[in-house]
Amino acid sequence: MEKKAIRVAYGEALVKLGESNDKVVVLDADLAAATMTNGFKAAYPDRFYDCGIAEANMVDMAAGMSTMGLVPFCSTFAVFAGRNYDQIRNGVCYPKFNVKFGFSHAGITLGEDGGSHQAIEDIALMRVLPNMTVFVPSDANECYKCVEAAAKIDGPVFIRTARLPSPVYEERPFEVGKGNVIKDGKDLVIFTCGIMLEHCLEAVEILASKGIDAALVNHHTLKPFDEELTREYAAKCGKVFTVEEHSVIGGLGDAVASAICGMGLEKFQKIGINDEFGQSGKPADLLVEYGLTGAQIAEKILNA
Amino acid sequence: MDIQALQSTCRQVRRNIITMTNKAGAGHPGGSLSCTEALVALYFDVMKGIDPQDDKNPNRDRFVLSKGHAAPALYGTLCERGYFGREEFDKFRQLHGILQGHPDVKKCPGVDASTGSLGQGISIAVGMALGAKHTGNPCHVYTVVGDGESQEGLVWEASMAAAHYGLDNLTVIFDHNGMQIDGTNDEVMSLGDIGAKWRAFGYDVIEVADGNDMQQVLDALHTPACPGKPRLIHLHTTKGKGVSFMEGQVGWHGKAPNAEQTAKALAELEG
Repeated sequence: MEKKAIRVAYGEALVKLGESNDKVVVLDADLAAATMTNGFKAAYPDRFYDCGIAEANMVDMAAGMSTMGLVPFCSTFAVFAGRNYDQIRNGVCYPKFNVKFGFSHAGITLGEDGGSHQAIEDIALMRVLPNMTVFVPSDANECYKCVEAAAKIDGPVFIRTARLPSPVYEERPFEVGKGNVIKDGKDLVIFTCGIMLEHCLEAVEILASKGIDAALVNHHTLKPFDEELTREYAAKCGKVFTVEEHSVIGGLGDAVASAICGMGLEKFQKIGINDEFGQSGKPADLLVEYGLTGAQIAEKILNA
Repeated sequence: MDIQALQSTCRQVRRNIITMTNKAGAGHPGGSLSCTEALVALYFDVMKGIDPQDDKNPNRDRFVLSKGHAAPALYGTLCERGYFGREEFDKFRQLHGILQGHPDVKKCPGVDASTGSLGQGISIAVGMALGAKHTGNPCHVYTVVGDGESQEGLVWEASMAAAHYGLDNLTVIFDHNGMQIDGTNDEVMSLGDIGAKWRAFGYDVIEVADGNDMQQVLDALHTPACPGKPRLIHLHTTKGKGVSFMEGQVGWHGKAPNAEQTAKALAELEG
């Protein structure tokens, strides 16, 4: 299967968007070669602004630029969602300015740079902000659609992307705020987002080999969250699991928990980063270390 | 507008500041009174395209109150300019009021950016000026930065960017009243040589010896732009200006006058 890093898809999507929308400008903070905005920079040099290593100023400058009718996309590492937080909160979300955030290198699969750079809290930080839309694309095709959709939304949008190449799946229907049933099932349901989709698919196969018919639902939009589909599958399957490359606090798991709270379900377990920071290592080794491979996910579900 | 009329408007804006902070029982009169001349000069003489009937005119000059806690000065000025009536002062800092504790672009007509988190306003203003250049919008962007505010690192990130992009459509007005919540600037965190610092950052700097002298403020604001350079107007001002018992007093940074103090202040600001 073709593999492509979602950050690469983000860069490609910006170039495509730039063709059809001349109001789109891209801001980066000296990371264009990593966030993959360098493609946009090459295609539209007069619409690319390198803000230097000053992420906070990048966000507020984008806020100001949006008031002149431009549609700024700010790009940097997801770990800087915390560094920029006051600017994202008060400079953009509070006035509901039309600024987009494409933050890459999220999660532990950032790899060797280590825990200081591995964002495990960005979804939580972004979900809690009023006016913010939060996308976590699970593959390149979904990322293209998230970028397209972001440009059409009048207000702040956060797009979380990953560094690691991951499988590119067949295109699925995309609607903001609507989850996709990847595989139907009746014994239990797994909700996931981002690059964990690959590992959940593997887990579902392992479970099937043991006679367990698991449903798998992917949420590309963490906010507004598709509570209806979540409740429907929780009610149908009774046992609910969430899998994400993010802290189990404040991310997908908690979005699902809020949706199903009070349903009296048989089982609910959040699988993700258990309230700890990451560390340096190869992405594949880190997935094993933090228990996020398909085999480990299946094992956790079987033991639950 | 002639200078007497502008000075008279300043007195009225100062009365508005006293009135609304008294009614709310809260707010920041000291730093509002220090930047009154700058705001009145901007809204009544300097800024182009200012029209309360058309407050979203895309080519209007923009104003960002980076020191957002001086909201009473901005509200007092916008009111006199005709954006809303004085009855709004009754709801300053109150539930469902348009005059929030700090300026809110979503609620108050005439406000161009929501500010109050210090350091952010100048950065937003830089983005506006850059966006204006990008889109060919002829507007000029003005922002008032507080002296204490310049302790925020973001002020300097924004300043570096303004010079880098050659934003000669940006004027930063530095309200240097020398005081902040915990004491004088020097007691809290010394600012050093303000003019030298901004010049070193690539700004065209104009020193204004008395930033509460309307003629001096006008002269500075009307000085033609220096091509390719952003401008800093360094206003040496007096905190609490115009109210004898507030002038030069740290304690009036964020405290509202009581009924007796309000009567005394308003009497001093007659005429």
